[in-house]
Amino acid sequence: MRALCFALFACAFNLLLGYTGLLSFGHAAFFSTAGYLAGYLIKLHGFPGFGILAGTIAAAALGLIVGSLVVRRQGIYFSMITLALAQLVYFIYLEASFTGGEDGLQAIPRGRLFWVINLEDDRTLYYVVLAIFLFGVLAVRRTIHSPFGQVLKAIRENEPRAISLGYDVNRYKIAAFVISAALSGLAGATKALVFTFVTLTDADWHTSGDVVLMSLLGGMGTVTGPIVGAFSIVTLEDQLSDKVGSFVTVIIGAIFIVCVLVFRRGIVGEIAALYQRVVGRREVG
Amino acid sequence: MLSALLGQLVVGLVNGCFYAMLSLGLSIIFGMLDIVNFAHGAFYMLGAMLTWFALDQFGVGYWWSLLLAPLILAVAGVLVERGLLRWIYRIDRSYGLLLTFGLTLVIEGLLRYKYGVSGRPYTIPEAFQGAFNLGFMFLPKYRAWVVGATLLISLITWLLIERTHVGAYLRAATENPTLVRAFGINVPAMITITYAVGVALAGLAGVLAAPAIQISPLMGSNLIIVVFAVVVIGGMGSILGSIVTGLGLGLIEGLTKVFYPQASSTVVFFIMAIVLLLRPAGLFGRER
Repeated sequence: MRALCFALFACAFNLLLGYTGLLSFGHAAFFSTAGYLAGYLIKLHGFPGFGILAGTIAAAALGLIVGSLVVRRQGIYFSMITLALAQLVYFIYLEASFTGGEDGLQAIPRGRLFWVINLEDDRTLYYVVLAIFLFGVLAVRRTIHSPFGQVLKAIRENEPRAISLGYDVNRYKIAAFVISAALSGLAGATKALVFTFVTLTDADWHTSGDVVLMSLLGGMGTVTGPIVGAFSIVTLEDQLSDKVGSFVTVIIGAIFIVCVLVFRRGIVGEIAALYQRVVGRREVG
Repeated sequence: MLSALLGQLVVGLVNGCFYAMLSLGLSIIFGMLDIVNFAHGAFYMLGAMLTWFALDQFGVGYWWSLLLAPLILAVAGVLVERGLLRWIYRIDRSYGLLLTFGLTLVIEGLLRYKYGVSGRPYTIPEAFQGAFNLGFMFLPKYRAWVVGATLLISLITWLLIERTHVGAYLRAATENPTLVRAFGINVPAMITITYAVGVALAGLAGVLAAPAIQISPLMGSNLIIVVFAVVVIGGMGSILGSIVTGLGLGLIEGLTKVFYPQASSTVVFFIMAIVLLLRPAGLFGRER
């Protein structure tokens, strides 16, 4: 379930990186905002569906604010600004009272979804999370294959040309940012429900880095890549953290370096490229 | 009240010095390599850790560290540039950020694994113990030294880049590397040296910071994000811009600590947001 949440998170992130060519280093902000708000509301009222919805909307709203700020600067500044704004969010959550500061929100009740579905049961919860995940992935897929998604790709490939074709590039970027933030929020809120707690780790820049790595490792610019990446990284972290403790950061970092140096298409991207090469050869032969 | 205010201002100024030195190195590297060096914070942390380690293990004092740590880090910078960064110049700039981010995780993770996250104190060297009595306030000698040293280093860097032949080559290579190469100047070597110098500056800042703060493997990454905000505010265009912005934001942070302590860790980011609204190119920047 943790992997599913992170896979959704990575898919949402990849909508920006892979399809719009914008490297956001601050997606933890949306992830954690939704998580905190959902957790807080569920603790207060006990409606998980409402909490997740509210968290998602809050993440989208934050995405709108951050997005409209960040499109004012070009290129590499994008990553730095998103990182800085996410850090701002982090410090706000550190100070704010409703987040529980360093302790985080603990013991969030899972409750009943729409009064009938009992989420305390792990298997039921699993199917609900799976449904949310599928919904999110389909939403990403739908966005990518829509005319809107084509414009995003055009912006990634050649921004000046997209402008010259009369597209208001900044509005498209903001829209993509909001969608990405909202789905990240959905992932964050769901994660809050699964784990029954939300801590500052979710808002930390390491989380933003993790999701970048998941997209990169799986293959950015593919729909399935981030899912593969997320499952790999989460499994790796689960397996290793018992054995090597904090050394896992070193391994994650090393994977990062290797990915950037030799493996830029990611797992899914490499397989697709290999497949194309084999198929291509057959056609020639 | 007044002395508390001035005290916080001096602390802010000292922090501003570290911001200034880091954003200076960051801009130099960015200008030449077109890479945002995320690992800059890690090198700053290494500078401080080396200082602590040298004293703790070998009894090597502050002054030697001040000389040796930047040199060691410059060598490390050469290795990183030759071994890693060189392979990714032809592809999108974002990969530079990702690569150095990975490098940061490795460096930070290794030190965290070995030394944990707890802070370590470093005694202020004898020459700088005590404080100057300025009449209206006490100015700790070490803080005065940090500010003075930073200004001196910044001045030297500025002179080197703006007033010497090497600096002229450097600026030319920033504008048009192919042309400069055609004139028979070894641009790849210059790139390596630039990276090494930028890293050494970060290391030097780390050594200067060692006695002023708690040394821990996490100190770098916490700082680098603030420095990113500083760079966004000031723009990476000019050396003077980095220094002024760095010092100014340090001062503002110090002021915030007096009047509204809760916001002291966020004020720089708020200013960044405001600057983005009013002057998207940054205070001293030009779009690129």
